[in-house]
Amino acid sequence: MFVLTGYEYLLVFLLLCGSVPILALGIAYFLRPKREGASRRTTYESGMEPIGGAWIQFNIRYYMFALVFVIFDVETVFLYPWAVAFSQLGILAFIEALIFIAILVVGLVYAWRKGALEWS
Amino acid sequence: MSQGIDLQGSFVELLTQFGLPAGVAKAMWLPLPMTLILLAATVSIFVTVWLERKISAAAQQRIGPEFAGPLGTLQAAADGIKLLFKEDIVPAKADTILFTLGPALVVIPVFLSLLIIPFGQNLVITDIGVGIFLWIALSSITPIGLLMSGYSSNNKYSLLGGLRAAAQSISYEIPLALAVLAIVLMSNSLSTIDIVEQQSGYGILGWNVWRQPVGFLIFWIAALAECERLPFDLPEAEEELVAGYQTEYTGMKFGLFYVGSYVNLVLSALIFSILYLGGWESPISVDLLSGLFGVSETTPWLQVITAAIGIVMTVVKAYLLVFLAVLLRWTVPRVRIDQLLDLGWKFLLPVALVNLLLTAALKITFPVAFGG
Repeated sequence: MFVLTGYEYLLVFLLLCGSVPILALGIAYFLRPKREGASRRTTYESGMEPIGGAWIQFNIRYYMFALVFVIFDVETVFLYPWAVAFSQLGILAFIEALIFIAILVVGLVYAWRKGALEWS
Repeated sequence: MSQGIDLQGSFVELLTQFGLPAGVAKAMWLPLPMTLILLAATVSIFVTVWLERKISAAAQQRIGPEFAGPLGTLQAAADGIKLLFKEDIVPAKADTILFTLGPALVVIPVFLSLLIIPFGQNLVITDIGVGIFLWIALSSITPIGLLMSGYSSNNKYSLLGGLRAAAQSISYEIPLALAVLAIVLMSNSLSTIDIVEQQSGYGILGWNVWRQPVGFLIFWIAALAECERLPFDLPEAEEELVAGYQTEYTGMKFGLFYVGSYVNLVLSALIFSILYLGGWESPISVDLLSGLFGVSETTPWLQVITAAIGIVMTVVKAYLLVFLAVLLRWTVPRVRIDQLLDLGWKFLLPVALVNLLLTAALKITFPVAFGG
């Protein structure tokens, strides 16, 4: 039936967990009052009339962090199989991981020196 | 190592004795532990909210909730019911679909991660091989939900809060994953069951916290940041951003963010206790005691007691950590966004990398002590 044993639980649990927000919002739908009015649907801006929208171009700073994140997250994912198999691979795997991490540390130092990790 | 109690095996066996095919019996078992875990998670929200209010009150020399139920225990339920009866406002300028999908996307991965939490050797919904990695993967989905709700609100506070939440989550994701990696290295497995079993046998002395003191601290700081707990609650820093990405939310959608954040706190505490504090293991090994009194490990009553102690131990350890998190909330001031990112990228990331390599080197040098 399933090639990966144990994953049928994951699927059923996904359905159950998916029903949590649906149930919560569904029950609230029948219980809550419904009132209309244009002013109650205005955007909150500390009591002022909202000036402009929020769907604008935002600062590249967030983009830089996202970019560095992708590099290091992929690195971590590559290291997981290495960690699981480490006891069978021995010292050679250690040296290989050392080289792999060293290359990425160079990348980190580069990003650091270039100011990609600076907020201001 | 004792085999532990096997509820699924007993259940399936019982039903097959009544003449049901094994496949049907197994399918009937399937939803039982899941519903139980979901119920337990819901109860844990109420307990955590109540604890948080009481501990906060004690930290500030107040009394805290006391009128709703004995000692105010029903306060959280009252809050939840109140949210159910609140009207649902979607701002006119917001994107309705994303606005509704956001909170759901925050809640679902958090609940789904409970799949891999073991309360005993066989007391886990399923022991899939990738266990802890599934949690790492699922916890990366939550920031998408936060970003989605922040962006779809079309509100400046929400946008900034959502972006901050995403930046914070991804910054602390990597030290977190690297700290877990060091544990995986010692256990030779990603399964949460194997990780706990690797710490068993020596009572409190066998727990990973002694072998991974640095990883322990990294994981704690990163987990606090992932849960957006003070001192890292910048996405909803009320002095700056009103309520961050939640600003425009009302009623149950707002409630879902709270459900998500409290379950996430309990979940992180549970995973923390599994990784570093021996999960269901008690400080004095039950195997050792049973051996001392000459009772066989497979005696049925002893198995029941061991399983009960295991569940209690897991929950007690997790709630001690929740207690610590709440105390920290009233002890440490909030950090600035640049300090937060500096701490993540320039301190925790290099330290976590060094910790990983150190663990690998120690494992080669002392293979027995580090799970050769």
